[in-house]
Amino acid sequence: MAYLIQGETGDWEVVIGLEVHAQAVTNAKLFSGASTSFGGEPNSQVSLVDAAMPGMLPVLNRKCIEQAVRTGLGLRAKINRRSIFERKNYFYADLPQGYQISQYLHPIVGEGTVTLDMDDGSTRDVGIERLHLEQDAGKSMHDQDPTRSMIDLNRAGVALMEIVSKPDLRSPDEAGAYLRKVRSILRYLGTCDGNMEQGSMRADVNVSVRKKGESGLRTRVEVKNVNSVRFVMQAIEIEAERQVEVWEQGGEVRQETRLYDPNLGETRPMRSKEFAHDYRYFPDPDLLPLDLDEDFIAGIEASLPELPDTKKKRLIEDLGLSAYDAGVIVADRETADYFETAAAGRDAKQVANWLTSNLFGALNKRAVGIPESPVTAENLGALVGLIEDGTISGKLAKDVFEVMLETGKAPAVIVDEKGLQQITDTGAIEAIVDKVIADNPGQADDVRGGNEKAIGWFVGQVMKASQGKANPGQVNALLKQKLLG
Amino acid sequence: MSDLRDLSIADAAEALGKGETSSVELTNACIAAIEANRVLNAFITETPDLARARAKESDARRAKGDAKGPMDGVPIAMKDLFCTEGVRTTAGSHILENFVPTYESTVSANLRDHGAVMLGKANMDELAMGSSNITSYYGPVKSPWTRLGANVDLVPGGSSGGSAAAVSGRLAIAATGTDTGGSIRQPASFTGIVGMKPTYGRCSRWGTVAFASSLDQAGPLTRTVEDAAIMLQAMAGHDPKDSTSLPFDLPDFRAACVPNVKGMKIGIPKEYTLDGMPAAIKTLWEQGVEWLHDMGAETRDVTLPHTKYALPTYYIVAPAEASSNLARYDGVRYGLRVEGDSLDEMYELTRAAGFGAEVQRRVLIGAYVLSAGYYDAYYVKAQKVRSLIFKDFSDAFEDVDVLLTPTAPSAAFALGEKMDDPIAMYLNDVFTVPASLAGLPAISVPAGLDGDGLPLGLQLIAGVCQEQKLFRAASALEAAASFSAKPGGV
Repeated sequence: MAYLIQGETGDWEVVIGLEVHAQAVTNAKLFSGASTSFGGEPNSQVSLVDAAMPGMLPVLNRKCIEQAVRTGLGLRAKINRRSIFERKNYFYADLPQGYQISQYLHPIVGEGTVTLDMDDGSTRDVGIERLHLEQDAGKSMHDQDPTRSMIDLNRAGVALMEIVSKPDLRSPDEAGAYLRKVRSILRYLGTCDGNMEQGSMRADVNVSVRKKGESGLRTRVEVKNVNSVRFVMQAIEIEAERQVEVWEQGGEVRQETRLYDPNLGETRPMRSKEFAHDYRYFPDPDLLPLDLDEDFIAGIEASLPELPDTKKKRLIEDLGLSAYDAGVIVADRETADYFETAAAGRDAKQVANWLTSNLFGALNKRAVGIPESPVTAENLGALVGLIEDGTISGKLAKDVFEVMLETGKAPAVIVDEKGLQQITDTGAIEAIVDKVIADNPGQADDVRGGNEKAIGWFVGQVMKASQGKANPGQVNALLKQKLLG
Repeated sequence: MSDLRDLSIADAAEALGKGETSSVELTNACIAAIEANRVLNAFITETPDLARARAKESDARRAKGDAKGPMDGVPIAMKDLFCTEGVRTTAGSHILENFVPTYESTVSANLRDHGAVMLGKANMDELAMGSSNITSYYGPVKSPWTRLGANVDLVPGGSSGGSAAAVSGRLAIAATGTDTGGSIRQPASFTGIVGMKPTYGRCSRWGTVAFASSLDQAGPLTRTVEDAAIMLQAMAGHDPKDSTSLPFDLPDFRAACVPNVKGMKIGIPKEYTLDGMPAAIKTLWEQGVEWLHDMGAETRDVTLPHTKYALPTYYIVAPAEASSNLARYDGVRYGLRVEGDSLDEMYELTRAAGFGAEVQRRVLIGAYVLSAGYYDAYYVKAQKVRSLIFKDFSDAFEDVDVLLTPTAPSAAFALGEKMDDPIAMYLNDVFTVPASLAGLPAISVPAGLDGDGLPLGLQLIAGVCQEQKLFRAASALEAAASFSAKPGGV
């Protein structure tokens, strides 16, 4: 179902490419030893190098290279054996060196692929153009003083991985799915925490439109620094509609950089001062070309975790989960880990059911995530275990689950405390059955007389008499034996 | 005790070792000379108190038998391009007029750790851009040399002009310099001393104010070849804080200073000549060839066909890097700030006031050659030519051990000459720039005087990391030339 914008002159298709800036998980910055932790006092995490003091030189942090290669492998991308750091020159108050060290012609990671899981269970491959390493800039604060701007350099020099997609995305939904998938992969890999609110993951969105059926690309507009999946989707929708309007009114879309304003629901051009046009890139003479050897790459490859696509395949093929359940479970590493722990040694399909139908709903109601779940993975697994071994019935299990949500207690403890163990002792059940038959001679005769359906009524009575604890299968068998001989 | 100031590092070390003098005594002699020769303007910042304190420490170490080697207690001048902790570091520029680093450059720290005594921060062309020391914001340096029978102030060369004037004028026993396209060798040639640029990467660039990162190299200015070897040994060495620092242990440079070239092959590159070059330089060059030949070296002509492109290549690469390296001087965090009504205006006013004409010219050239549409035609092409120049040298060093050339195409000129013609000024570097582009070690050895009684140097160039060959040949050249002239008044 293609996403099309109905214009006055016909249908328009949207062409989208995303540049994701992902802050690499490292203790130190890309070229200095200063800390990268979030939320420090302004300018408390700034080395001489970060402040671009005279004579200071960058020294590449090996951990950042590892994270970039790790991410590249996770994106099923080509790892370039030689990459080159270049200087991107522009003046801004939060850019101490007067240039950003980035990679331009020779990035560390080349082409790769991300597989999107769409809501209807289908998948779609999106091309990765490249991933390169670059320094983050500092932060300008314009609200600290009536006349001056203040600069916080804590973030200056932090390693960013810029992941550039090919213009393969065709709808806001796909762009959203792409961002979620990239974030999921980064989190699985442990290379970026994917926290868009804190700015550790940001996106620039390239949008253009073209008439349905057109093969070339029209002028694209870059919407910079969008900081949530929702805003990315909104920005695309709004910007694409703006462009359609411009074209249809006989205008020309200008190649420019715009900002998305979620409050006004519009995109608008950045002031030209916020965007230099000629960056005068050239190889940074303070740094040697980065050459990676095969052992280094192989070592990282060997340490990769199972990634969502592989995990999904395994959950479907080996554990028999539905594609939908598997997709939902692997989307988030914490959920997947939760599931794997809960399902260890249990009926995986049943665990998946409890997770997606019961736990997710309950957590949503409480507005918490998997890490805050009062029901631990071990306890959910144990609950399914109690059903499997017949200790409790599925129906009782739902009651136990409610108590687990409220108290966080282990299901066995709850069952014990409330005496909810299923009665499987044939003698005990027989006694109840006999009593119920004896108390209801008329109904018993009815069954004996050929109304076998009425046996269901007896089952209900026995269950009621046992407070739901009698094993329904045994009850059924005993009643049949006693009433029908 | 003016003769104390005339000691070489090697002689001073010996005298100190024998207790014939003390570091305090040597240092005081230099301080007195600095004060008596302020007319030379060799220093931007004098640090006599610090020097005396360090000299005292050195003497105390020696008294305890803990002397650290031949540099211990030796008073030296520090080019003001090296950041020195707690001591103002201007790089010859207005933009860093009040900049006091909180850190010590690796080179100056190495020297300090070897016990050298810093007398002060030597004057220099602004941000190391110049060949005559006239671009310094703190005024030009006057060479201690004068033409026979003429009373005209001469330039000491540049950019390490203050260092050269201090060493040749006997204000310091030795000095640090930096050489991007000839900034050690050319002033050494102009002032009759030894100036040595090691292989790129031998000396760490950490803490040295950057001009052109792929070319900048620190090195010694001394009065003997052996001193250059001693001082380089203390300055150089691998530094993990500089990614382009060579990861090798240093050979024993001093041990290589044997004036014996028997069996060495000396190449004479025919391209190292210039229309209108003074006859005295050509003659001296031929003389140099003869000396080495007479001492048993095999001399042969070689060709370095891309030499003529070296200067234009240099004046693309160096300004390109400089335009970017100097972007950090923006008035935001340190150094000069001239307030404006907007950020851009502050940048413009600060940099217009902070940088002199030559620096501004090079920043403009650099920005131009890197700009969209010109990058391929200038910067990329220059990089290609640079590799051809390197290959010229590599080919030559298949056949010979070192090359012998003039250091500069002229003797020192007068203050005020060549001032309004940047191209004529750039030609000063024509013989020194090729080795810089190729990252090769090279040394200028004082070899004779011209008709005006001004010193002329000859340059030796060796292959990558072949400093030992360089010191060996330079020692022989030094012995043959037995240059003993001193500037008047010394």
